[in-house]
Amino acid sequence: MDFWRDCRRCAWVIGALIGVFLLGLGASEGQFNVIWKKAVIICLECIGIG
Amino acid sequence: MKRLRLVVQLLFTIVTNGYLYGFLNGKIYRGGLKYVCVPGLNCYSCPGAVAACPIGALQALLNQRGFQVPFAALGFFFLFGSLLGRFVCGWLCPFGLVQDLLHKIPVFNKKKRLPCHNVLKYGKYVVLILLVCTGSMFLWGGFAKIPAFCKYLCPSGTLLGALPLLSANEILRSQVGGLFLWKLGILLAIVLLSVKVYRPFCQYLCPLGAIYGWFNRFSLVQICWEAEKCVSCMACERACPVALSRKEISRSPECIRCGKCADACPEKCLHFSGKDRC
Repeated sequence: MDFWRDCRRCAWVIGALIGVFLLGLGASEGQFNVIWKKAVIICLECIGIG
Repeated sequence: MKRLRLVVQLLFTIVTNGYLYGFLNGKIYRGGLKYVCVPGLNCYSCPGAVAACPIGALQALLNQRGFQVPFAALGFFFLFGSLLGRFVCGWLCPFGLVQDLLHKIPVFNKKKRLPCHNVLKYGKYVVLILLVCTGSMFLWGGFAKIPAFCKYLCPSGTLLGALPLLSANEILRSQVGGLFLWKLGILLAIVLLSVKVYRPFCQYLCPLGAIYGWFNRFSLVQICWEAEKCVSCMACERACPVALSRKEISRSPECIRCGKCADACPEKCLHFSGKDRC
């Protein structure tokens, strides 16, 4: 019981580490460039034109 | 706490939308900060936005030619979600702030929830699956990939992106058509509903809330309930803007960590904490 309670208490650390790992994977695949390219042009769909 | 939350919401909105030149000239920021996402729903086509929207980023990655797992967007969700959960919704989301301010307008018979809440609350998961994920990949517009959530639903894009851009940019204004009117209609409906019902978009439609809600059970920021000190006065349940019971507060995917329960508790048995049991 204590084991599972402890697991849940540190779940946020595991989640944050997974987040950092996924960010690293995204960076290695060049996904930040995709995000940047989308974010620096006016998104016509977002503003209801495109 | 109430005042502190409002100050944090205002500051975060101003800082993450601080590119004033964009508002004056109808252009958007094109700097390096847009490689990263803000935690809340903040349209990257807002003239002031200095970073990217996480839902927009997720759709942009899903819209790429061929299928790729959107690692970067998932990374932001895991990082923000594991640390903060829906604290993001309550304290850091600009569109949440807009709805909070609208709900302060005094009208008769305010509601915490819509009728059929227990069914409607799943709407945000439907939006996440159908519009954000499936829609972005292939569902809408034939097989041409489009950001379906941004295009057909997102009221944050209309309010923070479209209205300031169109007011300052004549070329864009000349291209307005039926789609803009559709989105304006959605925004107006949500604005009017927000005056009466607490945060209807967050409770029923926001895909980001659906994602962060999943992290609420184990995120670092929790609202701690000390059961042994509780005198069952129900002040917390009356204060909760999304009508959660005291046992659901904090761990429920609907809790936005606004802290009103902690403010209302006369015995101070509810408080922000880094763990869910005290």
